[in-house]
Amino acid sequence: MNAKGRVFKYGDNVDTDVIIPARYLNIADPKELATHAMEDIDAEFVKKMRPGDIVVATRNFGCGSSREHAPLVLKENGVSCVIAASFARIFYRNAINIGLPILECEAAANGIDDGDTVSVNFDTGVITNETKGETYQAAAFPPFIQSIIKAGGLLKSLKERGE
Amino acid sequence: MGMTMTQKILAKHAGLDSVCAGQLIEANVDLTLANDITGPVAIREMEKAGFDKVFDNTKIALVMDHFAPNKDIKSAEQCLECREFAKKHGIVNFYDVGAMGIEHALLPEKGLTAPGELIIGADSHTCTYGALGAFSTGVGSTDLAAGMATGKAWFKVPSAIKFVLKGQLRPWVSGKDVILHIIGKIGVDGALYKSMEFVGEGVSSLSMDDRFTICNMAIEAGAKNGIFPVDDKTMAYIKDRVHRDVTAFEADADAEYEQTIEIDLSALGLTVACPHLPENTKTIDELGHIEIQQSVIGSCTNGRIDDMRAAAEILKGRKVNPNVRTIVIPATQEVYLQCIEEGLTKIFIQAGAIVSTPTCGPCLGGHMGILAHGEKSISTTNRNFVGRMGHISSEIYLASPAVAAASAVAGYICAPDELK
Repeated sequence: MNAKGRVFKYGDNVDTDVIIPARYLNIADPKELATHAMEDIDAEFVKKMRPGDIVVATRNFGCGSSREHAPLVLKENGVSCVIAASFARIFYRNAINIGLPILECEAAANGIDDGDTVSVNFDTGVITNETKGETYQAAAFPPFIQSIIKAGGLLKSLKERGE
Repeated sequence: MGMTMTQKILAKHAGLDSVCAGQLIEANVDLTLANDITGPVAIREMEKAGFDKVFDNTKIALVMDHFAPNKDIKSAEQCLECREFAKKHGIVNFYDVGAMGIEHALLPEKGLTAPGELIIGADSHTCTYGALGAFSTGVGSTDLAAGMATGKAWFKVPSAIKFVLKGQLRPWVSGKDVILHIIGKIGVDGALYKSMEFVGEGVSSLSMDDRFTICNMAIEAGAKNGIFPVDDKTMAYIKDRVHRDVTAFEADADAEYEQTIEIDLSALGLTVACPHLPENTKTIDELGHIEIQQSVIGSCTNGRIDDMRAAAEILKGRKVNPNVRTIVIPATQEVYLQCIEEGLTKIFIQAGAIVSTPTCGPCLGGHMGILAHGEKSISTTNRNFVGRMGHISSEIYLASPAVAAASAVAGYICAPDELK
């Protein structure tokens, strides 16, 4: 599995309130909800992003609320991968559970700039910055988490196990 | 090697003799929680995946608190979805308007959380119940759906930071100042993926409400959970609330901690977190003159009776500044009633504040006190992110109920002792 796209780059502590503001959490339809993604940090995000694009940030991406709506609106908009130096723990779980690929890689988070074109090989964890001709190595997921991703999310993996 | 208090609770619930930091485990949960925002997503995910039964209808709590009483039609539909699910599955602990309170104040009050238990909730402030010596942590809706269906959850066993509390808090200084001070010190990711274990002789001087406030904001340092040891105050709190056997776990003497931080409670001052991160803390004397247009006293962080009493003590016989909309929100029906019985409600209303029915409301910019562009609010809530309480150019200063009440009177952020 691979991803390739243009990068939208953000800084430290991007919180779930700016990824999807709470004032929209009464919206049940994921497509409608997705039109407000990143609205309070980057009002142009939804207009500018194309399916396959990649979000890159530095430390503690997705901090704050447990709202699963946050990874969901990124996935719904077609974000192919989120790369950060570190993730807040609930966002990290949520992304894996709903099948939004994420990679923790400090070198990539520091080396990649807004607008760069980046490709990701999820099997090897190699991130290639095609604009700058650099590569970065992300840590592989433990086998248990790989099995969730492979099944297409937590609930599907539980069903596969016969729960 | 010894285990931390958190690791012992996790080992017990995973059916293992011991666990170590970094280990992936599957554990049985004693309670799952969702609200009117995260519940509908979990319900839909559970049904979409083909799970048609819940693991135990007595171990699921659904609390309609975020946008309830329903603030608009969409919110009403979300509560309806939860209500229908609760009926279909015979959910015993479904809390609707009239019975509901803010979830993290409500569940301990109802005796649904107890020492030694393992609780997951689709709300980041689920870490509050660590005050009782429980392991509790926030998860997303899909984790919660899995928990409701199977009674299990997966965890990576956390390492821990030990906070050794010494001394006693000075007058007006509270649990809120303790946790804001700690977040200011270690940062919003200072405890990322880790437990925050609070120990030391200073613990016994902290009220249960202080401990709830401290554990509540562990997530604001990125922590997986915050946890206090079980002592006489814990047992007194649960005495008439919890009617089942409980286990008080203790960390092993040789438990390994990544870091040990000493906190001298008697050295702490009134602390305020400035926009737009909870780590941007200053003591009140470092703050300068900041005029405010709103003061919010409530939330899962500071909507308990101690908080109401602290605010009332300051507002008694005083008037709030006419430029400050002062909104008091007792967190539960029990706290609300207690405010009435103790005469606190009268004090608030005579001071020119409003007293709202329990709701999360303004804390997350839902309703009941949204800020216009450029406005500033002092607030006893837990987050001061961009746009959290309204317009993206509005600003939130986080503080204790005493500071929020004093600031409401003064019209600018100040300490209670500054009031005439």
